[in-house]
Amino acid sequence: MPEPASAVALTVNGALVTVERGTTVAAALLMAGVATRTSVYGEPRAPLCGMGICFECRVTIDGVSHQRSCQILCEPGMHVTAPATESTNNAEGRQSSHREA
Amino acid sequence: MSVAADVLIVGAGIVGAACARECASRGLSTVVVDAGAMGGGATAAGMGHIVVMDDSPMQLALTRYAQHLWRELAAELPPSVEFEACGTLWVASSEEEMAEIRRKRDLYASVGVESEILDGQALAEAEPQLRRPLPGALLVPSDAVLYPPCAAAFLMRDAIRMGARFHARRRVLSAEKGIVRLEDGTQFHAPHIVNACGADAVRLLPALPIRKRRGHLVITDRYPGFVRHQLVELGYLRSAHSITTDSVAFNVQPRTTGQLLIGSSREYGAESTAVNHALLSAMVARAQQYLPGIADLQAIRVWTGFRAATPDKLPLVGPWPEDESLYLATGHEGLGITTSLATAKLLIAALLGEKAEIAPEPYLPARFLGASPTPQHNGSAMSELVHASEKSHA
Amino acid sequence: MPASPANDHFDLLVIGAGPAGIAAAVTAADAGLRAALVDDNPRPGGQIWRGGAHLPAPARQWLARLDGSSVVRLQGWRVFDAPEPNLVLAEQNGATDKTANANPALAVLHYGKLVLATGARERFLPFPGWTLPNVMGAGGLDALVRAGLPIAGKCVVVAGTGPLLLAVAAHLAERGARIAAVCEQAPRSRLATFAAHLFFEPGKLWQGARYRWAARTGRFLTSCWPVAALGGDRLRSVTLRRGSRQWNVACDYLACGFHLVPDTELPALLGCRIVDGFIATDELLETSLPGVYCAGEPTGIGGVDLSVLEGQIAALAVCGKTAEARLLARKRRRRLGFVHALEQACVLDPELRALATNETIVCRCEDVPCAALRERDGWREAKLLTRCGMGPCQGRICGAAAEFLFGWRAESVRPPIFPALVSSLAWGPARQTQNFSAAGALSENSKETP
Repeated sequence: MPEPASAVALTVNGALVTVERGTTVAAALLMAGVATRTSVYGEPRAPLCGMGICFECRVTIDGVSHQRSCQILCEPGMHVTAPATESTNNAEGRQSSHREA
Repeated sequence: MSVAADVLIVGAGIVGAACARECASRGLSTVVVDAGAMGGGATAAGMGHIVVMDDSPMQLALTRYAQHLWRELAAELPPSVEFEACGTLWVASSEEEMAEIRRKRDLYASVGVESEILDGQALAEAEPQLRRPLPGALLVPSDAVLYPPCAAAFLMRDAIRMGARFHARRRVLSAEKGIVRLEDGTQFHAPHIVNACGADAVRLLPALPIRKRRGHLVITDRYPGFVRHQLVELGYLRSAHSITTDSVAFNVQPRTTGQLLIGSSREYGAESTAVNHALLSAMVARAQQYLPGIADLQAIRVWTGFRAATPDKLPLVGPWPEDESLYLATGHEGLGITTSLATAKLLIAALLGEKAEIAPEPYLPARFLGASPTPQHNGSAMSELVHASEKSHA
Repeated sequence: MPASPANDHFDLLVIGAGPAGIAAAVTAADAGLRAALVDDNPRPGGQIWRGGAHLPAPARQWLARLDGSSVVRLQGWRVFDAPEPNLVLAEQNGATDKTANANPALAVLHYGKLVLATGARERFLPFPGWTLPNVMGAGGLDALVRAGLPIAGKCVVVAGTGPLLLAVAAHLAERGARIAAVCEQAPRSRLATFAAHLFFEPGKLWQGARYRWAARTGRFLTSCWPVAALGGDRLRSVTLRRGSRQWNVACDYLACGFHLVPDTELPALLGCRIVDGFIATDELLETSLPGVYCAGEPTGIGGVDLSVLEGQIAALAVCGKTAEARLLARKRRRRLGFVHALEQACVLDPELRALATNETIVCRCEDVPCAALRERDGWREAKLLTRCGMGPCQGRICGAAAEFLFGWRAESVRPPIFPALVSSLAWGPARQTQNFSAAGALSENSKETP
């Protein structure tokens, strides 16, 4: 099932990105060098499993947050926002709580 | 046979942990045993809503006292407990309920609990995700939320620091007449035994008037700021104190992580921890009625837990008249997280023969024995709602 | 046929469109059953038959048969719950519910018989730096390359354990990647035993050839593993260790997976009997639940050929073609030795337990460091007090790591087995008002949710 080599244009954080048809959003973000997610401690994260299991590739697609980008194909005109921030005002506190827990 | 301790507490939920901490702080040698880990039962299943409730004057006295104790303790709580005084919004959905809200405000004011009525516009500004229009709500700013397993662990660790000993994964077979027998054959002798087993208390003392009341909770992924207060519907008025029908109520809590807890449901007669999908559907549909946008959030987990429900919706705290060694600290239904600290204070006063800071009589187990009639509770009937929601029944 | 969501009934429902699932669905459809195939990924093929052009002939043949079949395909749908017997709920990836009361992303799938072909995932072990961007699973990087990530000219270190490493290295090399090293944690002696076993498996010979190819390049290192991934915002280099020797390799990607663990969440939710982590079946692959079959990796990690065979056996059994099923089952039995040999070859070196330092994150969803877990008394206590495994992956990544590191076994499975829209939990519209009294009603002009 070879893919037709037609291009798909989408935006990543407002910047125009062009990929081959059949490319997942996760692959497009890796190409663009954009982390998908900021972790609870504030670390940049990117896809790990590539197959919809690890949830590290969650991004906001067309305004909807927590979408697994490795399971979604790029569509023309799609707007992707990343990294999604998981940090909350409590992130610092959580860190210290782990140490004493 | 040697005596293991002055006090042997069965159950390491938040109530048992709070009692252990209180006992240890007063110099009593204290041993706690639990069939599982600390805070692993109903404590882990509950929402962790520290809330003043007015189902009855006795409940109001207990929860108000408890809330005061939590506020005193707040500065000592580690960040893992995630204590946050986000306040409760009691949401009205009709003018009839607004009248109830005014009554509630006046009642709270009469006992010194601050609250504030929000009209529809102020409510929409406070919680933009709530459906519009709604007539208004009562804000109780002193209410708070916390993460119950870590709260229980904090209390237990504090108890251990003061000399208490904790035995995890030791199932108790019997606890009476000064002897606690474990499944592994061990016997502990103690002059005072405290049954703090939540809904499981009946297993050790079948005479207790406690029934399991199952609840469901849903937790979402992180959506910081989606809601800001604990949101509870006041729309409970039209359904009476039904104890025969399964029911649901809108009750949503913002966690400090940005996650949301969605409740609540209540059902008698369910023994399994399996999800009741029909009830879960109804519960979620109810939440969507108040917070339409919640439909689009990702739910990551659903679980159930068992409240320890008593007929008069008040806990059983104090001596059990038929066994002079036995004390109870159970039957908290949906208010175990809130009232754990107050329960510990009442228990230690009973153990040491001291005067408690609030009148202990309404909560004494003796009320269910002999000729003493079941106390009346003709309050606003709102407690059932939060009983259902908080699910703490430790 | 295009996917038709909403409410539908199928003679056979197959979960997972990898080799086992495709073989099962196509075989059943050819026999005249109304079969549906539900899969989480954008394309059929699972992890191994992913990505179109670069596939071996059997894969292309099965995918073509699927295209030509009457199988109803729900591609991009994930099953998240099984609320009643003979019924599962699935949700479409990327879909949302803007109307709150009529969820277009939800499919209610009734079935007569069920084949679980849920596949396997990689086992990940935590080591310093494993959370850096560009550190991925071996299968993970392979999947991303098949999903459009250009790899030509990139330098890749492949590490971990299992035959997947060489398959991935070979594929990435074909695509123009520079493979700096393939690090297999198992010792050479053990692999030799396993390689010998391949000769009794005609279908595996190409893998054996690949093994010899890789061994000749000199970049295939046994008893070797990564001890750290280094870099700031993304991976820059990997520290490798082999015996007492330790060195640094600059690279663009680290593809690191420690063999596979089966995806058993759905079988567990249904109540299928599980033995030593795998789904127990009879000879014709029926699980402990009548009418529910299991095929592929969840019955034992055995690779593509065995998966296809198992898919066919399960489908034939479902169709009542018992004699044919038994013939294939005999063929399958002869291959089960390979499953055992593979498991033996991939046993993890206990030294790998020391890779995670106190600061190393174990649970990536909730950022729980190893130190917070060391003091814990078991999986449940760890979950409650540190939130390990409580994030959206539901412990799929850290669970297998914690099992290796601490010997903890995950507890029972609860719905939803994947995160799902809140509205999807309210799936039973008719039931909501019939049996339950809501605590109160909204004002007259706002009706109860139907």
